Formats: sequence, C-alpha cells, structure tokens
Amino acid sequence: MERITDITQLKEIARQVRLDILESTFAAGSGHPGGSMSAVELVVSLYYREMKYNPEEPRWPDRDRFILSKGHACPVLYSVLSRVGFFPHEELLRFRKLGSILQGHTDMLKTPGVDASAGSLGMGLSFGNGVAMAGRIDNKDYRVYVMLGDGEVQEGEIWEAAMTAPHYNLDNVCAILDHNELQIDGFNYDVKDIEPIADKWRAFCWNVLEVNGHDFGQIFAALDEARATKGRPTIIVAHTVKGRGVSFMERVAGFHGRCLTKDEMELARKELEFPLM
Amino acid sequence: MTVTAATRDAYGAALEEIGGRYPEIVVLDADLSESTRTYKFARKYPDRFFQMGISEQDMVCTAAGLASAGKAPFASTFAIFGSRAWEQMRNMVCRANLNVNLCFSHAGLTVGEDGSSAQALEDIAIMRALPRMRVFVPADDIETAQIIQHLATHRDGPAYVRLGRAKVPRVHDEKFKFRAGHADALREGKDAAIIACGVMVSMALDAADILAKDGVSAAVINMACIKPIDADAIVAASRKTGRIVTAEEHNVIGGLGSAVAEVLAEHAPCKMKRVGVQDTFGESGTSDELLRKYGLTKENIVSAVRGIM
Repeated sequence: MERITDITQLKEIARQVRLDILESTFAAGSGHPGGSMSAVELVVSLYYREMKYNPEEPRWPDRDRFILSKGHACPVLYSVLSRVGFFPHEELLRFRKLGSILQGHTDMLKTPGVDASAGSLGMGLSFGNGVAMAGRIDNKDYRVYVMLGDGEVQEGEIWEAAMTAPHYNLDNVCAILDHNELQIDGFNYDVKDIEPIADKWRAFCWNVLEVNGHDFGQIFAALDEARATKGRPTIIVAHTVKGRGVSFMERVAGFHGRCLTKDEMELARKELEFPLM
Repeated sequence: MTVTAATRDAYGAALEEIGGRYPEIVVLDADLSESTRTYKFARKYPDRFFQMGISEQDMVCTAAGLASAGKAPFASTFAIFGSRAWEQMRNMVCRANLNVNLCFSHAGLTVGEDGSSAQALEDIAIMRALPRMRVFVPADDIETAQIIQHLATHRDGPAYVRLGRAKVPRVHDEKFKFRAGHADALREGKDAAIIACGVMVSMALDAADILAKDGVSAAVINMACIKPIDADAIVAASRKTGRIVTAEEHNVIGGLGSAVAEVLAEHAPCKMKRVGVQDTFGESGTSDELLRKYGLTKENIVSAVRGIM
C-alpha cells in the first residue's frame, strides 16, 4: 500500500469519502452520517499516511490496528477500506442490506479490514489495550489506534481502560477523540458535560495533543508526536464538526442517526461535487 | 474417606500447568487473584498475567483484544461481579467468536458469609443465552482440571466455567475422561434420573443411595456441560425412567433445570421437578447452613423424586 502524504490529494480523497458516506447511507435508507463525516480526515490520515497493513492479507499479524470504538461511524471506515483495496467499492451500496459484508455497526467476522466488532459504546479502548498488550508480549512494533466518540466518553468503561493503558505503559496505543461536541440528544454540555476533557485525560496520565480534526497538517504532526512518545499512551483530542462537508448538516444533532432525504441528497451532492474550498 | 477439594483450587493448579505448556495463554484478573487462585499463574508467568483491578468490563474487552491478536486468555473474577460485563461478553466476545475463557469463581450460595450481593445464582441462565458461549459447571477438582486442559487446546470460541469457593466431595476417579457435549453418567437407574451439576452432583449420589434403600432405583447424571447440552442423554433418561429431577446451586429459573425442561418439553415430556434456589436471593451464613436453608440438600432431592413417583 503506497502512502499518500500530499495534502491536496488527501483533500480530494476526503471529498470522495464524504460522498461515499452519503451515498451508502442513502442507499441503505439508514445509518449514521453525521459522526462519520466528522471523522473523515482522521481516518484518511490513518489509512493513507500512517498505518501499515496489507489489503491482500487483512489479518497480517504485524499490521497496525484501527479500532473504531464509535462503531456506528462505520460508513467512513467502509469507504476508506474499499478505497485502499480491502473489498470492491460497489459493496458500499449494499451497506446494511441483508447478507451484506458491510453491517450496520462494525463486524470483524464479516468485513475484511475491520479489526474489532464494535457498536456498543465504551468497549473499544479496552479491546485496543488488549491488542497492544499482545504486541508487547510478542515484541512486535505494531501500533493500535482507537477512535472514540465524545458522547462515548460518558461510558465508565472508557475510564477503566484509560487507567489501564498508562498502568501498563502502552505507548503503542494512540487514542483519537472525535470531539464533534454533539451526541444524540444534543450537545455534550447539555446531555452530560464532558469538559474539561483534555484535562481529564491528562489527569489519567495520558500524553494529550489537541488538533483541528479537519487539518491534515495538524493531524500528521500529532500522529508523529504520538509515535515518538515513549512510556505512556497518547490521545489526540480532535476538534471536529459533526456533519462536516455539507452546510446544512454541520453541527446538527439530527444527522447523527438518519440518512438524507432525496432532496437533501441533491443539495449535498452539489456541495460536495463542487466544493467551495 | 472422600477427598474434598475446591474447584477454584483445581483451577489455579491447572492454569499454572497449561501456562507452562502453551506460551500463548495469558491470564487476567480483577483484584481477586488470591481468591480465584490465578495468583499461581501470575507468580510463575508475570509477563503473561494482567491485573485489571476492579474493572470487570475492562477485563472482558481487554481479554477480547488479546484473543484477537493470537493469545488464549483466561479471565477470572467472582461470578457475580463478572456478570456486570455480560454485554461486553455478548457484543465484543461472542459476536466476534473470540477465544476468551471466562473462569469465574465463588458462584452460588457456598460463597457463604459475604452474603447475597456476592452469591451468583443467575449466571448459568445469562451465559447459556449467549450464542457461541460454551458453559461448563465442573462437579469436582478432577473434572475442573480436565475442563481447563480441554479449553487450553479447544480454542474455537468463548467459554464460561463456573467454579466455587467451598471444598466439595470428589465424585470422579483418575480414570474419568471429560467429554465436552456429553453427559457424565455416574450411576445407572430405572425409576428416575437425577440430572445435577456442580456441588449438587455429590448430593445427587447421596440421594440415590437413600432412595435405593427404599427400592427406588435412581440414575445420576452429571451434566457438567450445560451448553452444548447432551439432549440425547436427557431424552434417553426420560424414555427409560419417565421421571427427571434436576439439581443445581442456582435459581430454578434459567439454569440447568430450565435447559433440561426445554429438551424434555420438545422431545420427551415426562414428570419433572427442579431442585434449586426458588427465585430468591441468598444471605449471610455458613456454606452448609445456606445450602440447607435454601433447599439444596440430598433430602430435598429425595423428596423431589418421591414427589413424582
């Protein structure tokens, strides 16, 4: 898999991934586009620039792992996995359909390239720690990337796992918080305020980096620093916009768990096919 | 003189042994290593032991991650505390068919003085409802060791092993060979069949002795493998005797009794009675006092058989 580090190219890939997210959820008639759109630059960075893996051998034992703990955001992961060659791109239109290899939430038995079966929040960081521990025992240098949602950090198990990683010096774990500020019933601060979230992770002895989650340059720098940080795990708190890329979706809670209507799709396609930026 | 031994002790010893033979085996615990006996593995193989602290959900998902990366994890805590991670078992372990062995100790009333919050009486019910989860309830130390050996080499998915705190009478000898998915016929009989698991197996044998004195011939079957259950053995027992009594250190709702009733109702209905905890919580007391108070006795098994004669 050839790395792509040119930001102009990656922005173009991100644009196409956003279209994939909308098309696949629209074809399915359901899904979670908002929280998928916020994570696009992050997931693209991981699969095009950061991680080592082999689409011909999805279970290659020495691969870096990506655990999408916020498993409902699988549309972004599926789009990227199809584009780097784990399965044909056309599969995206069978998302959520009976018999599809692309399930409504990640399923490691059904989808090549998916490293954890998520869907119920709060579990992925523990799982990622376990993978990292195995890597330690085996003296392997693969890294484990775990993406969390900001509503998800309201789950207690996240903090159990947050205590485990520094306790075991898991510097091969890099968590990424998709901090788009919205969950289902509203903004985080209306539902159950998670701030000051960066301070909380610092208090749990993590190395904490904060980035604009849509700025490739900042994301790269943070991933580099995470890799260079020894002795404790890193979390990249990525400030993102839910629904990013389509003007009427941005910062709207309603697009957490519903696909677009036919009319909305027309507008969205126009915006994404002819991006203003 | 019957040997008595605790199944948790047999577990600790077996874990240490398989740990030496299979380097992929790792062990996790949730601050109960002294009690669950995983400390034996821990002190011998510290690099493969992960103390997770009082965080059972973290422990179960961490074990899942280890399994996904090629390890064979054995995770332990008390049965009641581990059950808070049931959703993690379902969604991250069973759905992904990961080889995670949940060997939970201190199940049932025989936990004793700690009282009702610590006495798991529902664990068999919730574990057997999980697709892909194998469920084992060893009757004694010999069977425990064999089940652990079996799990060390049969890594096709998740498993639950129910262990106990108290010393229990040994019901097997060195010739015993555990067979997953097969009922363990300990005693033949033609008038009734007592199907028991765990600590109730030796009581079932005692009950059969008492019944024999009155001319009632009761078979005793140790159903250590609750899932997959040996339906053929249950049907055969029903057809041969027409009377089945089940006995377990567990709520009568959802455990061994229910599993047997499911098979009987669909394939070979017969007279049946479930001996177990009658849908209540336990309380503080000695292990023996509690078994007596909550009806888990050989006398109760005898009455149950007589009641359907």
